[in-house]
Amino acid sequence: MGRCLVLACGALAHEVMAVKAALRLSDADMTLQCLPAQLHNRPAAIAPRVAEILAQRRGAFDRVLVAYGECGTGGALDAVLAEYDATRLPHAHCYALFAGAERFERIIEEELGSFFVTDFLARHFDRLVWQGLGLDRHPDLLPVYFGHYRRLVHLAQTDDADLRARAEAAAQKLGLEFVPLATGYGDLTAALDTLTEGPRV
Amino acid sequence: MSDENDIILDDLSDEDLVEQMKDDLYDGMADEVREGTQILLRRGWQAGDILSEALVEGMRIVGIDFRDGTLFVPEVLQCAGAMKSGMELLRPILASTGSRASLGKFVIGTVKGDIHDIGKNLVGMMLEGAGFEVIDLGINNPVENYLAAIDKHQPAVLGMSALLTTTMPYMGVVIEELDKRGILKTLPVMVGGAPLNQEFADAIGATQYGRDAAVSAELARALVGRNH
Repeated sequence: MGRCLVLACGALAHEVMAVKAALRLSDADMTLQCLPAQLHNRPAAIAPRVAEILAQRRGAFDRVLVAYGECGTGGALDAVLAEYDATRLPHAHCYALFAGAERFERIIEEELGSFFVTDFLARHFDRLVWQGLGLDRHPDLLPVYFGHYRRLVHLAQTDDADLRARAEAAAQKLGLEFVPLATGYGDLTAALDTLTEGPRV
Repeated sequence: MSDENDIILDDLSDEDLVEQMKDDLYDGMADEVREGTQILLRRGWQAGDILSEALVEGMRIVGIDFRDGTLFVPEVLQCAGAMKSGMELLRPILASTGSRASLGKFVIGTVKGDIHDIGKNLVGMMLEGAGFEVIDLGINNPVENYLAAIDKHQPAVLGMSALLTTTMPYMGVVIEELDKRGILKTLPVMVGGAPLNQEFADAIGATQYGRDAAVSAELARALVGRNH
């Protein structure tokens, strides 16, 4: 097994580490580097930041997985990956990554106005969503942002009562119905397993 | 509560008042923008001139700073709210004097599968400011909605918006259908939304890609000029 770099969105750091442990990968097998999760709110900045890190790390690893989905980069991320011979996670975003494509489609078909939070977003809802969208300063913008949403779907990677309570509180704050769904790590496990396939320590 | 440093808008010259209104719009001060609009109307300004010189111009500056990363979405929305407060006063006057919508109708809507409308609404407001009658189809529009609106309103331009990478390809579906029906020959189609770029717009055969609200309004004006 060669040395692998996982360059991840900060929103996936916990989950990548959890899967790494479950797959019994060592630090020698896999190095994790993260970019700030706040980039989620400014997707145009994702591809340049990824390119910057990949340029710095060029030649240091045998394989590179960029742990992002397409994430609203409009093809810019995929162009960077092609340039640096790197791959990324399947799916457009981490909601489909965790839920799986078919299940995600079913959720959307059932209610288009579904606002998704992962465990990470449940944990950091106030900072990344509430403050990130300026709702702490301008609560009057709530209907502008969330007027078409009907429910908050918590895609739970872990069985954690505290996170579930946080997600439920977030739903209440946004005035949305709360729908908890256990997903585990979804397709993240397969992606890391494929990246690092080979004999284990 | 007034402060001795507060600016009395009515004491300003027309030129200074327009500059102050642009600053107030930039700061998202809806009440002040509304007051400035009322003062200019009282002084005999034409509604269309207030719209273009104070409100649209103010929002154009906001658009530039948003593009440059100086302003962020929450601030832009506050600015939009301030512009709206002035437009609400001007809209009935513009309609009654017949000077409104001299550029024709602009049908706009977010595509099927997508419920995001912040960008679309900003574009709609700038288009209205630019002189279009905006027919807003709202969110989650299948191709049938666009076709029905084109049939009913005979617009000068059609606009589509999408925020998601997963929904933006649907713009291509709509354009293909317009092409099949021969509509594309005479109806310019503009597309916009955060994940879009010029390459994508070219690939799906859109007439124009509007990278932000202010640019979209300018491009729409040019399109109408080209087609009329």
